[in-house]
Amino acid sequence: MHRTRFFDHVILLIGVFIMVAPVVVAFMTSTHEAADIHRNGLSLTWGGHFAETYETVLTREGGFTGKVTGFNMMLNSMILGLGFAVGKIVLSMLAAYAIVYFRFPLASLFFWVIFTTLLLPLEVRILPSYEVMNALKLTNTYTGLIVPLLASATGTFYFRQFFKSVPDELLEAARIDGAGPFKFFIDVLVPLSRTMMAAIFIIMFVYGWNQYLWPTLMTTDEGFFTLVRGIKQILLVWVGSNIPDYNEAFALAILAMLPPVMIVVIFQRWFIKGLTESDK
Amino acid sequence: MAAIDIAGVSKIYTGGVEAVKSVSIDIADGEFIVLVGPSGCGKSTLLRMVAGLETISKGNVTIGTRLVNDVDPAERDIAMVFQNYALYPHMTVYENLAYGLRNRGTPKAEIDARVAEAARMLEIEPYLDRKPRALSGGQRQRVAMGRAIVRKPAAFLFDEPLSNLDAKLRVSMRGEIKRLQKRLGTTSLYVTHDQLEAMTLADRLVVLNGGRIEQIGRPLEVYHAPASTFVASFIGSPAMNLLKGVLEGGRLHLGTHAIDLDYPAPTRGPVTVGLRAEDLRPASAGEQALLFRVDYVEELGAQRLVHGAVEDQPLTVALPPETPLASELAIAIPMDRLHFFSAENGKRLQRRGETDRTAMAVPARPQAVNLESVS
Ligand SMILES: Nc1ncnc2c1ncn2[C@@H]1O[C@H](COP(=O)(O)OP(=O)(O)O)[C@@H](O)[C@H]1O
Ligand SMILES: [Mg+2]
Repeated sequence: MHRTRFFDHVILLIGVFIMVAPVVVAFMTSTHEAADIHRNGLSLTWGGHFAETYETVLTREGGFTGKVTGFNMMLNSMILGLGFAVGKIVLSMLAAYAIVYFRFPLASLFFWVIFTTLLLPLEVRILPSYEVMNALKLTNTYTGLIVPLLASATGTFYFRQFFKSVPDELLEAARIDGAGPFKFFIDVLVPLSRTMMAAIFIIMFVYGWNQYLWPTLMTTDEGFFTLVRGIKQILLVWVGSNIPDYNEAFALAILAMLPPVMIVVIFQRWFIKGLTESDK
Repeated sequence: MAAIDIAGVSKIYTGGVEAVKSVSIDIADGEFIVLVGPSGCGKSTLLRMVAGLETISKGNVTIGTRLVNDVDPAERDIAMVFQNYALYPHMTVYENLAYGLRNRGTPKAEIDARVAEAARMLEIEPYLDRKPRALSGGQRQRVAMGRAIVRKPAAFLFDEPLSNLDAKLRVSMRGEIKRLQKRLGTTSLYVTHDQLEAMTLADRLVVLNGGRIEQIGRPLEVYHAPASTFVASFIGSPAMNLLKGVLEGGRLHLGTHAIDLDYPAPTRGPVTVGLRAEDLRPASAGEQALLFRVDYVEELGAQRLVHGAVEDQPLTVALPPETPLASELAIAIPMDRLHFFSAENGKRLQRRGETDRTAMAVPARPQAVNLESVS
């Protein structure tokens, strides 16, 4: 093992500073009053208005309809993030299971079809996708928000690689032990994939949470606004004739960062395990 | 428990590789059969066809009285032990043993009882709550055995179960497998490439070569009367010496040596002569002998292996450790221990009046072995 020296710590500290400083500045600034921010710019000191600002942001009803709260938007983001991550894992595990463990006609054709979806992220096919959702009357629904995002092969590939690394004898032992395809999947593959699932969950949750373009297109009803798109929306609406509510914008940005950070903190042990070590 | 009948079984893999070629083996109830052969000879393929993990291209496999060609592995009433153990990594030892029973809807109380019994037999009781990761290779091997035992199957199938263990553990596990098999009386089919493992475990062994059976027989039968040069060089360590010779007028010519046989020659013309290193000894004065040039010596402690050549044909001789060595030795010809093989196809040429030295060594029915003496 390399012994850490003073210089290594300096590099680490610089890294930490670069990563964390903007967040600290945003947080500190958000505790000041809008007028102060307007006068003094960004701030590194505690402003003392933490509770009011965050309460306002979370609970004040705003928007054109006067019904949308920050809390409401947060909930929508959560549904999108969770729905996307869970949907993605379920879908890609099943697809990978089929690809790796079953011989079916035209298997390699299907494999390549799935593969090509990697070349077609949502941004490329956004108009046709919107058309389809519109025709299905799924705009302004959670389904419409989540499902089109699911259609891409990234997760499938992670799981395919993982399943291929599982020794064949495990399947054979399970077959002799009387486990059919479904039982083998649930009893053996899913538990073995736990770390992999955690890793993919984090990646996908953050990806879903941070979606901006698709929710902007899909939702016109403010009741379905997500936090990320709401930051801008709320600013637009709340900007008064005098001073923009900078403090609330910062507070909202901090809130928008919080859940992904928490997910990473909670799952990071598994995340690292899933990406580095195979549990066999 | 059940007999297994393998009748004219072939395996042709997609792509046309014929890995097993019309193999027939009749396995008696309770018998321990070892499939032995070099790597790639189709042992695993044959075993996996019996297990149901590989489809049978031709022929029939019958377990008990049931034709199982189209029966699922789980329904064949067999249990298999794999080389890499194939334990479920996320389950505890207990769960590993119980999984197959649970899937069959065995009542909880009976599962507990059976797992406890198997664990006691294999001395893995202290590890029942551990994950396989936290076990040594030998312990994992025991768990894999346990998973087979709890099911109380009609037959055990082993695919090189000891290959991943170190030499010492391999010897002790070998003994243990034999002991367990005798105690349970379960028909067993065991695959290995290790001839020593095959010799020590088998009631009967089946020597495979290129997907075909070279010989089936009790270990000593195969050792003393190999059916072909392939078997001769594969079974026994060191490998049997095979020399080119010519039989003519009741004499065996090995290069410039001419040896008078005291029995009728099995054929005339060129032959392959087999000589086991351990059947050779220094000649006393006046005996018919081969002039043996010594190249180098391997000391094994109990004996020394002397490698050299008779004229231009390599020969290995096993001598007692105290034998004096010179650069040239006169080696006696053990007349009644000469093996003759056809020079064309390597098949054994039976001598007339050859005594069957295996008959006295092994009881006729393998099951008749006294269980107390082995367990
Ligand atoms: N799934 C397969 N597809 C094609 N050929 C195979 C397959 N499995 C094994 N073989 C071939 O069949 C032959 C016998 O293999 P195997 O039964 O595994 O040998 P062994 O166990 O005696 O080492 C080998 O030549 C091997 O390459
Ligand atoms: Mg093999």
